[in-house]
Amino acid sequence: MSILVYIEHAEGAIKKTSLEAVSYGKALSDKIGGGDVIAVALGAIDSGELKKAGIAGASKIIHDANDKLTAGVIQAHADAVAQVYNQVGANTLVLAKSSLGDAVAARLAIKLNAGLVSNVVDLPETSDGYKVKRSIYTGKAFAETVINTDHKILAVKKNAVDLLTDGAEADVESVSLSIDEANFATSITSTDKATGEILLPEADIVVSGGRGMKGPENWGMLEDLAKELGAATGCSKPVSDIGWRPHHEHVGQTGVKVAPTLYVAVGISGAIQHLAGVNSSKYIVVINKDPEAPFFKAADYGIVGDAFEVIPKLTEALKAIK
Amino acid sequence: MKILVCITHVPDTTSKIQFTDNNTKFDKNGVQFIIGPYDDYALARAVELKEQLNATLTVLNVGEAETEPTLRKALAIGADDAIRVNSFPKDSLFVAKQITAIAKENNYDLILMGRESIDFNGGMVHGMVGEMLGIPSISPVMKLEIEGTTVKMAREIEGGKEYLEASLPLIAGCQEPIAEWKIPNMRGIMSARTKPLNVVEPVDESTATEVMQFQLPPAKGAVKLVDKDNVEELVKLLKNDAKVL
Ligand SMILES: Cc1cc2nc3c(=O)[nH]c(=O)nc-3n(C[C@H](O)[C@H](O)[C@H](O)COP(=O)(O)OP(=O)(O)OC[C@H]3O[C@@H](n4cnc5c(N)ncnc54)[C@H](O)[C@@H]3O)c2cc1C
Ligand SMILES: Cc1cc2nc3c(=O)[nH]c(=O)nc-3n(C[C@H](O)[C@H](O)[C@H](O)COP(=O)(O)OP(=O)(O)OC[C@H]3O[C@@H](n4cnc5c(N)ncnc54)[C@H](O)[C@@H]3O)c2cc1C
Repeated sequence: MSILVYIEHAEGAIKKTSLEAVSYGKALSDKIGGGDVIAVALGAIDSGELKKAGIAGASKIIHDANDKLTAGVIQAHADAVAQVYNQVGANTLVLAKSSLGDAVAARLAIKLNAGLVSNVVDLPETSDGYKVKRSIYTGKAFAETVINTDHKILAVKKNAVDLLTDGAEADVESVSLSIDEANFATSITSTDKATGEILLPEADIVVSGGRGMKGPENWGMLEDLAKELGAATGCSKPVSDIGWRPHHEHVGQTGVKVAPTLYVAVGISGAIQHLAGVNSSKYIVVINKDPEAPFFKAADYGIVGDAFEVIPKLTEALKAIK
Repeated sequence: MKILVCITHVPDTTSKIQFTDNNTKFDKNGVQFIIGPYDDYALARAVELKEQLNATLTVLNVGEAETEPTLRKALAIGADDAIRVNSFPKDSLFVAKQITAIAKENNYDLILMGRESIDFNGGMVHGMVGEMLGIPSISPVMKLEIEGTTVKMAREIEGGKEYLEASLPLIAGCQEPIAEWKIPNMRGIMSARTKPLNVVEPVDESTATEVMQFQLPPAKGAVKLVDKDNVEELVKLLKNDAKVL
């Protein structure tokens, strides 16, 4: 018996959310006696980098370096992970919730006859059935969900457990899986992706701007603040609808759901649909010139004032403490 | 060309979420139900494709009789007919099995869904149906064009997008900006009343998961306001109290 963790990588590094999933696997194994925690990685990535999954809690990493798997072709990844799952005799698959992870997990639920629960926010309780706590209603509630199947898939939300940093580098075992050509029928022709940026869904700090920023030309000041904080930038829906910012920065009910330790909202009114995407943040700071803005009710800290005055001052104040 | 759009019947995005019966049931009191916003994008794109390709468009919901007004709304927006699988949607797997059964019977060329429901946020029904039917399932799709039997799509990934090509038949889980939400007009609303809405019984009752109890997050304390001329105070609070810097 073992726990398999599907890890993703980008720009030559394991994604931080995937390392968290490894730590989740380790904590799960420690809690319920789940056996070895084995990670699986697909596509071209340096094995020196993969060893680091050991530090987060994996005892072994299985790697198929097949370059056709570097791009995340959904069916091919599902096929590959299913093969490894069966080979290692796992009974649980853990992965981080993500664009690719969600799509792959759903197909695996059928392939492996496994009960799948997504948006998992904590370790399962197993004293009376296998109970998992997941976030529902876009962060407005939680559901204690029982999984009735022998095989289980847990798609874990950011911050469900602490990232372990005290493990040792683990061995990487290379494999060469045979994947049916039909699974590559969907071809990824190109990608258009920000590089070298902190990605919004994975960021620990997020600085977001709304319509109160008045125009795209004013984003420089938010970017300066974000840089000082080591943050990713986000925005409200109207801001991406008008094209001030790219769609992948849109936060909320119909956009990215973030779970940072700090969310800074500037010139955003705090409509319920926006809040739905940020309510898993640990701390929220709101900067808005209107003291009645609904966002203040959801905030931990707030400044009532004009963003164009407050933001540059805040950036300076942050520089000063360095 | 036959298109199927699967829609959820979910609480309006402004709803206050509450539970009853010792936190085991969703409290529908005062809640307005809508077509899931992502399903609404899927439907809007399907209506455009129907016009462009002269296709037929069916909408499907797995739900009890209370979801019929939501299906009628989809008919008013432009679907030709509706199917309701007459059952409480017990879990994602259960729903996926019902959709698969309907799809096997009717051989749709294109199945559009939302990227996720806004009640249980699973984001998994499209992938499950795709695997059961043995066809591609792509999600979240923000652009979808059909040229002959080739489907060109853009899929959102962390920090950007990925462009894909695949052949019909396939399933896509949709999100904006695939199309603009459509509001039904008077003619649509009138004609929706007489369009067929077929009710069928579920095929397979098995599930993989069961919700035991709901929980609300703890209430947020009052906001701590800092004077706009003293931003250093905010930095101090973030550093020393919240310890996030
Ligand atoms: C089904 C549905 C789904 C939706 N999904 C989303 C979603 O995912 N994400 C989302 O964000 N929205 C979503 N919305 C839209 C949402 O309802 C709001 O319309 C939107 O969030 C408002 O954006 P905003 O706060 O940027 O703009 P506004 O509501 O216009 O607010 C601008 C704010 O800026 C403040 N301001 C103005 N000037 C300044 C200044 N100089 N300094 C400081 N503050 C200033 C104002 O006081 C105001 O509070 C959705 C709506 C629907 C119906
Ligand atoms: C009042 C009420 C209570 C509910 N209680 C529960 C519950 O306790 N547990 C539970 O698991 N589910 C419950 N549901 C069902 C829930 O709405 C979903 O249909 C189901 O759980 C699948 O959710 P998901 O988040 O995995 O879907 P996702 O995988 O997020 O959905 C993706 C897409 O699949 C399609 N889809 C999903 N569900 C349906 C459907 N029912 N009919 C047609 N197409 C669909 C849509 O296109 C959707 O955008 C309830 C529904 C209602 C109305």
